[in-house]
Amino acid sequence: MIFVCIHRVRSCSSIRFIKSKYVCVFDKSALKFSHQQRLFRTSAVSCGQIVQFKLSDIGEGITEVTVKEWYIKEGDSVSQFDSICEVQSDKASVTITSRYDGIIRKLHYNLDEIAYVGKPLVDIEIDASKGVAPEEDVVETPPMSHEEHTHQEIKGHKTLATPAVRRLAMENNIKLSEVVGTGKDNRILKEDILNYLAKQTGAILPPSPKAEIIPPLPKSETLPAAPKDKARKIPVPVSRPIVFSGKDKTEPVTGFQKAMVKTMSAALKIPHFGYCDEIDLTQLVQLREELKPLAQIRGVKLSFMPFFIKAASLGLLQYPILNASLDESCQNVTYKASHNIGVAMDTEQGLIVPNVKNVQVLSVFEIASELNRLQSLGSAGQLGTNDLTGGTFTLSNIGTIGGTYTKPVILPPEVAIGALGKIQVLPRFNGKGEVFKAQIMNVSWSADHRIIDGATMARFSNLWKSYLENPASMLLDLK
Amino acid sequence: MVLQSSLKNCLQLSCILRTPKAGLRSTTSGSLIIQSISNDVYQNLAVEDWIHDHVNLENRQVLFLWRNSPAVVIGRHQNPWQECNLRLLRQKSIQLARRRSGGGTVYHDLGNINLTFFTTRKKYERMENLKLIVKALKALRPQLDVHVSDRYDILLDRQYKISGTAAKLGRTTAYHHCTLLCNTDKFVLSSVLKSPYKGLKSNATPSVPASVKNLFEEDPSLTCEVLLDAIAEEYATQHHIDHHITLINPADETVLPGINNKTKELQTWEWVYGKTPKFSISTCFNMVYKDSVLDVKVDMDVKHGRIEVCNIDLPEQWLPPALCSELVKSLVGSKFCPNETTTLATTLLGVCPQDDELHNRWNLLCENMVMLM
Repeated sequence: MIFVCIHRVRSCSSIRFIKSKYVCVFDKSALKFSHQQRLFRTSAVSCGQIVQFKLSDIGEGITEVTVKEWYIKEGDSVSQFDSICEVQSDKASVTITSRYDGIIRKLHYNLDEIAYVGKPLVDIEIDASKGVAPEEDVVETPPMSHEEHTHQEIKGHKTLATPAVRRLAMENNIKLSEVVGTGKDNRILKEDILNYLAKQTGAILPPSPKAEIIPPLPKSETLPAAPKDKARKIPVPVSRPIVFSGKDKTEPVTGFQKAMVKTMSAALKIPHFGYCDEIDLTQLVQLREELKPLAQIRGVKLSFMPFFIKAASLGLLQYPILNASLDESCQNVTYKASHNIGVAMDTEQGLIVPNVKNVQVLSVFEIASELNRLQSLGSAGQLGTNDLTGGTFTLSNIGTIGGTYTKPVILPPEVAIGALGKIQVLPRFNGKGEVFKAQIMNVSWSADHRIIDGATMARFSNLWKSYLENPASMLLDLK
Repeated sequence: MVLQSSLKNCLQLSCILRTPKAGLRSTTSGSLIIQSISNDVYQNLAVEDWIHDHVNLENRQVLFLWRNSPAVVIGRHQNPWQECNLRLLRQKSIQLARRRSGGGTVYHDLGNINLTFFTTRKKYERMENLKLIVKALKALRPQLDVHVSDRYDILLDRQYKISGTAAKLGRTTAYHHCTLLCNTDKFVLSSVLKSPYKGLKSNATPSVPASVKNLFEEDPSLTCEVLLDAIAEEYATQHHIDHHITLINPADETVLPGINNKTKELQTWEWVYGKTPKFSISTCFNMVYKDSVLDVKVDMDVKHGRIEVCNIDLPEQWLPPALCSELVKSLVGSKFCPNETTTLATTLLGVCPQDDELHNRWNLLCENMVMLM
């Protein structure tokens, strides 16, 4: 059997056709595809026309440009208006977009080559079934049966939408005429389809597959929080299947993540044990309130961390094994003289742990000042190697983001780490048996069980806790 | 002429910009002059993108006026390492942005005015726009010796560049934007636009350095406000519209839906650094350690801002070879960025046997590596 396909294609001065009419020859094995021809591209039969897409006029009498970036490669399929490449001419950067739907068959230039106006830029194989005609609405409506209308022209206007958008609408049984287009010339965009669907089902759909989940940092605005809240309450039964057009994305592990992989893989070798406790910070909170303005006058922001760090150092003086390092062969323990206390910081790129050097000889104010310096360098991504190496003990204040108890991982070559939860106001009993409002914070320690035993960790924690619960006692032991 | 802003103006703007039919019915049909209330370079570049993508320019043209707090703006296909002193930028907290138009690198601060002329692609005509600016300047101060060069620069006294140009052409719309030096800090300008990085080889568009001068130096009464006003006046006259400047807020999603996504995209590392065309570095440096001077040779290929190939040539046994090859392996695939390199290097050290000598040597090598970025 022979099928003859004749297509009328819009003629245009910048297109050169290889053939304007052609005959497709099907053999018997391809017959079963014929009834699906309209909506699907079949790869079994390739009777697409190869069209040479020429570089159109740039303006200002320019005849040559340099190809700077290809957005597609041979074999990719493109839709009309998709960007094909970026060319540059004398300080002007031009985005060349495709005129056709089809598959890219040949790129005529490599990067940084000169391309000529009026000469072919790419060869595109146009899909036989779709052609170059202006877009038509091929969608079915929900109450109507499938036999009726597969083509719709609404009031004589053709609804503008790219094939990808039309496909999405069709898969969701949406009538394009009912969707409000927000693109140029009232073109219907993918976002418009998603918004329309959201209105139908009462749920907010993820805006795009690329959207990341933003952790609830205090400084973030309410806008990202809203979709998450709404997404949690979806009891509305959905009558139509919602199409999520997201794709899995695989990326190599690099940079900060690679560093974390290395550190944590090494940490696995350490047998961790945990010890947790709760600290009553009521007195410390008061003390800090009094001292904050004094520090401010000296130009330093005073948080709770300097107190936690100094108390830890005082504790380490009594229990130096927590400030030690075990060698590779587990034959020798090195007791470090300096208390270089690391502070875990969450930056845009990831986790970094700069340390405050020699806390044993620093005052609380000096520690605060040093922390300020490290924090501003950290958020600007400018911490140097010296600040990031040589740590002997680490504190992680995860409580600023949230949480109570956690299981921190020791950072080799250290042997202990403490993670601080958030400060909560909770009812507690005082010495007289009365209930009072207490400021409670949880601490979770992890230590290397090869050289540290539970009792040591417990005693250190108790000492640290006593300094913080009764800050005046720190005065006795300050050097 | 007093700049007006009101809610009414903003609503009118959104009507005009989004629905061309409504625009024809509105009182201010025809061309439009808008000014950004923000000095954030990313927000302002996002406004350009937004107008380019969403506004129908068939029956009207738009002039967009904007100024930025200190920032270096590189062209679409440029290499920031080649064009500016990134170390200095980081130290001084000067922003780095990559625009979508071509051309060379410029330094912006509040003493510099940016002007963007939006037209359809057919009406794209840079000479006309620049002549408009020159006409406005001459109308203001007839004695000013300003003219447009054939490189689309505006020159003062035949030798000093006071304006540079770049353009972006899309499918149906185009924009031509240019700077105008009114009262910029020339000292900072010349120091940030000088690249200290040696041994770079790339096909990225190079900038053409030029001597610059501020209009303020020629005539102290020429402030940014005066110049903006004069140019708006000339534009209004030539386009037969009222001399009326509509203020827009580049953070306002209701007027410019989708603008915040555009701003975010311009701020991503992938756009600013990742869009750098492939380049290679071949350089050597000296390290002074105790009493000796060591020669180190580094060769790297960087693609999409990430290290593709890395080779570090050190004097033998100065550092454990296993550790060095670990470093090189880690660097491959990582961003060509001081922060990542420092993190990776310090992490590798952490899982190493404790040795002060090793630490000091390692830190020295890493600090020098970071200096290349």
